[in-house]
Amino acid sequence: MDWGTIINNTLAGLLTPTTIAFALAALGLAMHFGFAGLLNFGIAGFMAIGAYGYAISVLTFGLPWWLGMIIGVLGSIAFAVLLGVPTLRLRGDYLAIVTIAAAEIARLLFLTTAFTDVTGSADGLFGYNSAGGFSSANPFPPGSYGFGPWTYNSETLWVLTFGLGVLALCIWLLWALMRSPWGRVIKGIREDEDAVRALGKNVFAYKMQALIIGGVFGGLGGIVYAAFANVSPGVYVTSITFFIWTALLLGGAATIFGPVIGSVIFWVLQAFLSNILPELAINGILPVDGTQAATLRFVLVGIGLMLLVIYRPQGIFGDKREMTFVK
Amino acid sequence: MNFLSVGNPRRLLKLLIVVFTSLIIGLGLLTPANADTVGEEYDYAVLGNVKIEGVAVGGVRMVVEGSGYSAETLTSDDGSWLIGVPTKDVYSVTLDESTLPAGVVVLEGEPTQEVELGLSGRVVMNFFIGEGERNEVSFVDQFISRFIYGINFGLMLGLASVGLSLVFGTTGLSNFAHGEMVTFGAVAALVFGVFMQLPIWVAIPLAVIASAGMGWSLDAGLWKPLRKKGLGIVQLMIVSIGLSLTMRYIIQFFIGGGTEQLPGFDSPKISLFGAVALSSNDLYSMGISIAVIIGFAVWLIKTKTGKATRAISDNPDLAAASGIDVDKVIRIVWIVAAALAGLSGVLWAYFRPGIKWDMGTQILLLIFAAVTLGGLGTAFGALIGALIVGILVETSGMFIPSDLKYVGALVVLIGVLMFRPQGIMGRKQRIG
Repeated sequence: MDWGTIINNTLAGLLTPTTIAFALAALGLAMHFGFAGLLNFGIAGFMAIGAYGYAISVLTFGLPWWLGMIIGVLGSIAFAVLLGVPTLRLRGDYLAIVTIAAAEIARLLFLTTAFTDVTGSADGLFGYNSAGGFSSANPFPPGSYGFGPWTYNSETLWVLTFGLGVLALCIWLLWALMRSPWGRVIKGIREDEDAVRALGKNVFAYKMQALIIGGVFGGLGGIVYAAFANVSPGVYVTSITFFIWTALLLGGAATIFGPVIGSVIFWVLQAFLSNILPELAINGILPVDGTQAATLRFVLVGIGLMLLVIYRPQGIFGDKREMTFVK
Repeated sequence: MNFLSVGNPRRLLKLLIVVFTSLIIGLGLLTPANADTVGEEYDYAVLGNVKIEGVAVGGVRMVVEGSGYSAETLTSDDGSWLIGVPTKDVYSVTLDESTLPAGVVVLEGEPTQEVELGLSGRVVMNFFIGEGERNEVSFVDQFISRFIYGINFGLMLGLASVGLSLVFGTTGLSNFAHGEMVTFGAVAALVFGVFMQLPIWVAIPLAVIASAGMGWSLDAGLWKPLRKKGLGIVQLMIVSIGLSLTMRYIIQFFIGGGTEQLPGFDSPKISLFGAVALSSNDLYSMGISIAVIIGFAVWLIKTKTGKATRAISDNPDLAAASGIDVDKVIRIVWIVAAALAGLSGVLWAYFRPGIKWDMGTQILLLIFAAVTLGGLGTAFGALIGALIVGILVETSGMFIPSDLKYVGALVVLIGVLMFRPQGIMGRKQRIG
């Protein structure tokens, strides 16, 4: 067993563009579910629309990268409004079903061969980072940066810096919002919608605002991921939504840093398992073949999610009193 | 009988895949010297290969036109052709159907299609040809044919939906793992029918029994303890998501990522009337679905357990107070729901055809759509919803690209929630 490589790869999982993208999406879910009590199972759709909005604006309409990213964000706002209007007046589990359905609609529309010219169909989109000037906006000269497991080339360093900047901004925004009067109304809606309504607040408008803000975080997650990897419809499946939920509940749904730390733990664990399970299989310690070993880590995610919700629904950092979904 | 009607999308697709694959293989073996070529002096070229089920067709007239240029050639004996073109532009390619053998036509698209020369300067244009009567299947016939397919699909969707609806009605749980219960039934049939080589008429009932056992053990091992623990419905819903991930990947762990087939999956077609042709599998499937649904309805309306189930759906506290053993009824509901889902999985494996580890995930949202359309928690509403969704999915392929056919059903789901959130049969107080 090559423990050096395993530990190295595991530690590298601490800081990758994927981890940052996940943390942003989980932050959006914290806004939706943790603070506003909205059951959004379509965060993958928000990410997809952010990513495709950016890539399509650059590739099809020739816009610069920053304008493309803004359009990606506007796209996720539009998606939030589109979802919110029919469902925010209904009970929570309807929102869950509609959001998961809407995310699938978005994915199927990006996947269909009918719009291949624009969406690239199953191949997805690539080359937009250089076409839109995101790559040439890189302030770091080519070379190798960092040390040990955290060694990056200048492109990855640029994506990481950009992603961390966006993440820091979003964390600050969420923190500021949640200690403002607006945030208290939002938490009030989560606790008792009717009581807030009785105080004369427009519950629908507040929920819509929360849906939009969380949706923008999700869209930014998709954009950061797109700045690093190609945009591919196979990424934005419902499984990714559930993985982000796992990361969120791991850290603590109604906290600011919980979703971020949850995502980091999730990806470090994934990196560890994806390295150690095939090793164990090769060395005959686990009686399975390599592909099965890779599948096993997703089985563990599912079991982990169940145990988490049953035994520690508030997550690592959460406060059980803030978990109204725990009856 | 080798009649191939366009009104049968799956079989057509299968044949097209065969034809297309053979075309690609044919192209790989093709050497330019064999091809019947014109205009070789130009830098750019349109080329292709005409084959029917792997057999080359020579002497077919191909015409390329565009940008004031026109050329034609006949395919050589190995079916290949190449026409050089002067500019990198859009050309229209025509396959002269009158030069094809009798009864063979272009099955997909028109016999004239546009091609654009890409970066390589060469573009391959192959036509999907085969025995068939492209123009002779009228719109009405095609619609009727797809409508019947839709009913078939809707019935198997209904089997899965009534179970989900019953579980929701009695426990309040939106069970995201229901799709995996559908997959489980199909995989169980695969294990009994293929791995253990049992005859299929033994394997299917065994698969349904195994599914029922799965429902029993899920309730005994997971859901009942969680009810006792007093978990909220949102918590239970997220647990069901975890369960769905776990089951899905366990199934992938055992059967891998490929598609498996049950014995006799490509039964021959029987022509019924007009252009409507169904396979014996389709007929059996519909018969089984209808029989089981009638049995289920009688159970729900007439028997004591069925009445108790409906009582709990209406008001669990009142039901418990009037002496109904709620836990026992919920246990039975889980068993029935899992058995119906398993049966629907087996039938769907024949309908698709094929068994894949994530097939349940694909159908889960359609089941939700059916249940919501009919009204959450109403068993017969779910059945009607399932029929509507099934028919919609199958017939919508005539109007929108076939890879978007599930989108139609999901859009309807969202539309229903906008205008009639309680569904067709639901009551308003349920929507909260």
